Amino acid sequence: MMSALPSALPPTAPLRDPAALSRAGWTLAALLVLWPLLHIAQFRPGDLFDARNLKVMGNFVGQFFPPNTSPEFLGFAFKATLETLAMATAGIALAMLLAVPLGLALSHSLSISRIGPGPGRGLGEVIRAATRFVLLVLRGIPEIVWALLLVRAFGLGPAAGVLAVAVTYGGMLGKVYSEILESGDTRPARALLESGSGRLMAFFYGLLPGSAQELASYTVYRWECAVRASVIMGFVGAGGLGQLMDQSMKMLNGGEVSSILIIFLLLVLLADAISVAIRRLLA
Amino acid sequence: MSSISLAERRQAMGFCIYCWLGLASLVVVVWASFAYLSLDPMRLFTAESRGYMGDFVRRFFPPDFSADYLQRIGKGALETLAISAIGTLIAAAAGLLLALPASGRFGGVAKSLTRFLLNFLRSVPELVWAALMVLAAGLGPFAGTLALALHTTGVLGRLFAESLENAPREPALALVESGAPATLVFVYGTLPLVTPQLIAYSLYRWEMNIRMATILGFVGAGGLGQMLYYELSLLHEAQASSVIMAMLALVVVVDAVSAWVRRGQIRAGG
Amino acid sequence: MSFELSQIGLVHANGQRALRAITLSVTGGERIAIIGPSGAGKTSLLRILATSIRPSEGRVSVLQSNPWQLSGHELKRLRARIGVVHQFPPIPPRQRAITAVLAGRLGQWPWWKSALSLIYPADIAGPREQLARLDLADRLFERCDRLSGGQLQRIGVARVLYQRPDLLLADEPVSAMDPALADLTVNQLHSEAATRGVTLVASLHAVDVALRWFPRVIGLRAGEIVFDLPAVKVSDGVLRDLYASETGILPTQDNQPLTVLPAEEAAVNGLKVVVPPRVI
Ligand SMILES: Nc1ncnc2c1ncn2[C@@H]1O[C@H](COP(=O)(O)OP(=O)(O)O)[C@@H](O)[C@H]1O
Ligand SMILES: [Mg+2]
Repeated sequence: MMSALPSALPPTAPLRDPAALSRAGWTLAALLVLWPLLHIAQFRPGDLFDARNLKVMGNFVGQFFPPNTSPEFLGFAFKATLETLAMATAGIALAMLLAVPLGLALSHSLSISRIGPGPGRGLGEVIRAATRFVLLVLRGIPEIVWALLLVRAFGLGPAAGVLAVAVTYGGMLGKVYSEILESGDTRPARALLESGSGRLMAFFYGLLPGSAQELASYTVYRWECAVRASVIMGFVGAGGLGQLMDQSMKMLNGGEVSSILIIFLLLVLLADAISVAIRRLLA
Repeated sequence: MSSISLAERRQAMGFCIYCWLGLASLVVVVWASFAYLSLDPMRLFTAESRGYMGDFVRRFFPPDFSADYLQRIGKGALETLAISAIGTLIAAAAGLLLALPASGRFGGVAKSLTRFLLNFLRSVPELVWAALMVLAAGLGPFAGTLALALHTTGVLGRLFAESLENAPREPALALVESGAPATLVFVYGTLPLVTPQLIAYSLYRWEMNIRMATILGFVGAGGLGQMLYYELSLLHEAQASSVIMAMLALVVVVDAVSAWVRRGQIRAGG
Repeated sequence: MSFELSQIGLVHANGQRALRAITLSVTGGERIAIIGPSGAGKTSLLRILATSIRPSEGRVSVLQSNPWQLSGHELKRLRARIGVVHQFPPIPPRQRAITAVLAGRLGQWPWWKSALSLIYPADIAGPREQLARLDLADRLFERCDRLSGGQLQRIGVARVLYQRPDLLLADEPVSAMDPALADLTVNQLHSEAATRGVTLVASLHAVDVALRWFPRVIGLRAGEIVFDLPAVKVSDGVLRDLYASETGILPTQDNQPLTVLPAEEAAVNGLKVVVPPRVI
């Protein structure tokens, strides 16, 4: 885009554009970087028109219409859809179980040893650093990688998908929970800690009233993301719609794939609508 | 001490009836989810499954850090970066092209049609596109590039169209009045106004695509993901764990760089 | 000995010095007012007594123990015995008054009782009784964001009364109240301290309230103790010195001019402060 601009200028303008040289330099540099990148990415548009590929793809896409609407297949698809929703829901529930303690441990506003600072300060900082690292690993590894690993540990099926959602979203929720808890008014919790209350009760009595809405709303938003992720995770064998789509694709059954695509789009719309409705209710 | 009246007892209830209903239905939904999947979360915490998990995790250590393998990982990471960069670049170009009709420059029909196309491109997840592109272009990074390009075109096209619609019209109108052809009006009158925003959107999407490119390989579309899939299917856990660490490192570095760039922009008043 | 400070100094994290060489010892059951201009270090001093900041210099002993040599568990127990009324009540807006008051006992209750109390109050009569003392019984189930500043301040006082601490600290507890309510509130803090025989230390922005209610008055200025006198010995001169007011105006609860009788005269009359009758 940038490189298109300088060429629009007449090359032999009577007065030289002072920026011309640097623009030409940048364009050249961009091309120099782009060339090896194209090479690495094996950018060969010709492959698309390879006779064999064209035939496979043509047959496959040709079958997209009409989508498969046989009651038997739709029954399967319906079950898979429910399974996807259940995976996301169960996964987020477990993710919360993981995220709440980690988020509470990480949040500075609930640190007793910081008051003063008092005894256990060093230990507290070590625990917080360790928690931060754990959360980073949990959410830094993409959910589908977790799913791929967990499928190996728990076998094909939704269990691996649920746990993959739990692990990845546990990491995300934990981090964001701690940020939410630190961003609001932290004085109530601090005052409770200063009058001898425990961390957990300081959270319930001091922080939760002010942040419950934001916490819930973010969790619902993540549920929506988890629905999408649950579809994808089926591709590595973690159950749900994705697994069905993977099978149909391997069998090059275009009619089934297009039905599943439509169902998938509807499911995403549904999750989106539910999430928006709940968040509006919370506000 | 005075006694507590019944009315007071009723008032003392902390939650409203709707909160209780909401909470109860939440519990039911979660319970139903576990029941539908026939999952027993408690089973995960038995000693047996813990021992099994311990064994499973142990097989991933120590990771393979031999120079030879690190070099292959480096190549895989570079491939991932290339897939994401080229994919995003194509998407930015295609997105801009489609944004023109989608912002209503060529009439209402063209607008609705391109909007539909963009929404469709965007709604199909990257991984599904990748599976389709592997069929169309064969195994390898090119399929991944195309998959990212297709999905990202949908995302960027919509964002670009919104930017174009929201751009001030006066500079373009001035050029139209002076009789400039439509193409030049766009290049000189509108594009400069939205370029910074278009670049910001593209960079942001690139960041997300780097993450996405690490996993597209699971369906055979190249990059680190393909390595991981391959090593795991051969039960090479040590190699797999180095690939996972590389993925993690890539994600962390991209996160840090983007946070750093964003902080710099904020300080520079961008 | 309720608490003992020797040669306490405090430098805040930003390098600002708030207290310098404070030495103070207070026996059980005393009632002390701390007065002084804004920024004098009243809040800082109370926070040191509340074990919520550690002094930079000197030794502290609160309720017979040095808080900063205790284990985490012991420190928690000590803190549960200290009640603090904050100047700006640290109460979440969406919390109900009853919950805010019950929170005073979180340090004493087992966790399960506190947790159950979130669902249904473990005690209704107690908070109602404390709120009634402050003329707020009808607000028991009101949400705190529907209360005025002065009402909220009284909720904060009720919480500490409900806590039944062994050391009562109050940081400008009546700054948002009108004179009549201020009198009511200080009176309740007083009778609580008197009936339970615990020490009450309150910082006050209003000189008249301090002189009327507190037998011992400490003047603080620029982080140092300027005077530490029985109320009857506090003269017009020391007050004007403390507030360095050339204008001759001393801060009071009702913003009315205040006349302090010379010490001898006060001793004869048995009355310290001359204030407009409607306040008394
Ligand atoms: N948290 C803090 N950080 C830095 N300086 C502070 C802090 N709290 C108080 N100070 C400073 O310490 C001094 C005493 O403050 P404070 O104890 O709040 O006085 P007072 O309560 O008498 O108005 C003031 O100069 C104030 O600016
Ligand atoms: Mg103060």
